[in-house]
Amino acid sequence: PSFLRLVVCVPQDPRVLDSMLPYLTAYYGNPHSRTHAYGWESEAAMENARRQVADLIGADSREIIFTSGATESNNMAIKGVARFYKSRKKHIITTQTEHKCVLDSCRSLETEGFRVTYLPVKKNGLIDLKELEAAFQPDTSLVSVMTVNNEIGVKQPICDIGEICRARKVFFHTDAAQAIGKIPMDVNNMKIDLMSISGHKIYGPKGVGALYVRRRPRVRLEPLQSGGGQERGLRSGTVPTPLAVGLGAACEVAQQEMEYDHKRILQLAERLVTKIMSEVPDVVMNGDREHRYPGCINLSFAYVEGESLLMALKDVALSSGSACTSASLEPSYVLRAIGTDEDLAHSSIRFGIGRFTTEEEVDYTVQKCIQHVKRLREMSPLWEMVQDGIDLKSIKWTQH
Amino acid sequence: MAASSRAQVLRLYRALLRESQRFSAYNYRTYAIRRIRDAFRENKNVADPAKIEELLNKAKANLEVIHRQV
Repeated sequence: PSFLRLVVCVPQDPRVLDSMLPYLTAYYGNPHSRTHAYGWESEAAMENARRQVADLIGADSREIIFTSGATESNNMAIKGVARFYKSRKKHIITTQTEHKCVLDSCRSLETEGFRVTYLPVKKNGLIDLKELEAAFQPDTSLVSVMTVNNEIGVKQPICDIGEICRARKVFFHTDAAQAIGKIPMDVNNMKIDLMSISGHKIYGPKGVGALYVRRRPRVRLEPLQSGGGQERGLRSGTVPTPLAVGLGAACEVAQQEMEYDHKRILQLAERLVTKIMSEVPDVVMNGDREHRYPGCINLSFAYVEGESLLMALKDVALSSGSACTSASLEPSYVLRAIGTDEDLAHSSIRFGIGRFTTEEEVDYTVQKCIQHVKRLREMSPLWEMVQDGIDLKSIKWTQH
Repeated sequence: MAASSRAQVLRLYRALLRESQRFSAYNYRTYAIRRIRDAFRENKNVADPAKIEELLNKAKANLEVIHRQV
């Protein structure tokens, strides 16, 4: 079986596992225990990991808080900032294509009395900067826009958004889970105030992530989790040393391999798209062709039923929509936001290409995809009608 | 001096590739072999002895990483 669903579910890098081994075996001390050597070793490892994460994004290690993953980081950032400043500021701006956890956090804030503007996106998946500027209100406390979208791979104009927010003294949060370690990120150049990081998206362990919280100018958050005051009081709870060490190692490896990986993934992505599009007509790539991360490709196959195609390609493990929405039968809200027709949204497939993807896997996937799209189209009466030159939108479907 | 380092480098290269073949996971195996080959090829013309030593140490460390997991 070949696993191309690499956007959400990626294998851990062996170098990451290696870095974690000592902390899963001999060095099991609690990093917060101040009174013995076991604790000191773990603490040193945890602080080293913190520095590795910070180095990847151009931050200071004191600005990195370890969390259980990007979902927690997103929750902390959005709810934390909103609630801290709620006496004077009650408005938040985000986009319609954010990850479920961001949208859901905003929704829950709305029940607490906050107002949220969900910016629409253009057909290419990018936000309109003019609309962003127009959306600001005198009591806006936070803008949250993800760097790279997990479903269609588009890259938002983060530098521009950062400038706009900085000029208006509004905090800028970005969910960088899909971007970290894959494209260069610098919190100072990009004027980012809060950033969510996920361990398992960069070939690190599952169950760990981080939140970058700017110190100058200071961003204040109301902590989500109360307790012993770990992580500067922002996130109580014992930091899982092996997982933190793994995250740190993943960040360091990602920094070293970024150029090599990017070049290779770009090559493989172009191979996949070119091959499919040259063999099969009526394929739409969702999202801007240029402003994207190459490793996340979303294609819609017109006149093909999505679930059937997915079942046919089941040994290649792709996904229609994203993991967090794959349980429901609704077409992805991201595709709906970019204006994809209902039927095209249902027949969309997401291909994820990563560090460990081989050329063989790409070729196999392409071959199977072409084979099944052709087969399903042969069976499709809609396809037959299109071939005959009938405009599908002109058909009056009768009720039986 | 040069001759013995060349032999040393080749020995390390072969050891890394041999060890990588033992990964049972298809993706790890293919990645390791590909990455090792590309890295050695890329650094083929490095002349500075200090840099060469640094690269060889990195290679040795990676050999041990692989060895622990195969």
